[in-house]
Amino acid sequence: MSKTKVKKMLFILSKATIENVYAAFIMANGARMEGIEAEIFFTFFGLEAIQKKKMNGLHVATVGNPAMHIPTMVGGLPGMEALATKMMKKEMEKLDMPPVDEFLEILSASGVKLWACKLAVDMFHLKEKDLIDDLDGILTIGDFYNQADQEGTQMLFI
Amino acid sequence: METLAGTNVRVNEEGYLLDFSEWNREVGEQIAQAEGITMTPRHWEVIEWLQDQVKADKALSIRGIKKSGVLDIKEFYALFPGGPLKISTKIAGVPKPKSCI
Repeated sequence: MSKTKVKKMLFILSKATIENVYAAFIMANGARMEGIEAEIFFTFFGLEAIQKKKMNGLHVATVGNPAMHIPTMVGGLPGMEALATKMMKKEMEKLDMPPVDEFLEILSASGVKLWACKLAVDMFHLKEKDLIDDLDGILTIGDFYNQADQEGTQMLFI
Repeated sequence: METLAGTNVRVNEEGYLLDFSEWNREVGEQIAQAEGITMTPRHWEVIEWLQDQVKADKALSIRGIKKSGVLDIKEFYALFPGGPLKISTKIAGVPKPKSCI
């Protein structure tokens, strides 16, 4: 049990751009490394990060992201997202950051609970077999709030 | 300068050894006790592996544990609950890893 005041971190991941997915993964892993419990609730586009067929093909957003320092018109050209993603993945590999599938294995082995949002799963017509084997279950938002029902819990929407 | 209780072993403000040459198993045992961990032969195997990694100038990370072939992440958390890399490196007398992963 952690000695910190924060006992449990709950992340709601609603996006599937690389920067958002990794933000959730790194913070969840970092929590476990500090002895803090962590869970991730994948909803809407966040579900792409736990779909076997899609999770290793996530992209960084080059449009509508001023910090990319690419003019919006250029960012929208074909192949720009793929190029920017390739460059970012190269930098991430240098820092020994694992790809999405391996990162999920690490998180699951570290005791991070991985949940899929029931409403979003239904909306995107997904089956359990489309999702990673390490998934802990498909929850409603009410179920997820129950996971938060303890002292020292923080919830973060990404 | 801070020292480990009852010894001359120098540690930083977080309790990590400043000089690995001052480390021995008794020192490791004392740190483990303070962290609420009872050391077993398996614990020492992992500690020795960590020390070898540091001596070989390899950065420690949770991904490195997964690839180690020595133990898997689940066992690592079971042996050193409550922050495995942070606690095991303290017991091993090596610096706290600076990586975010």
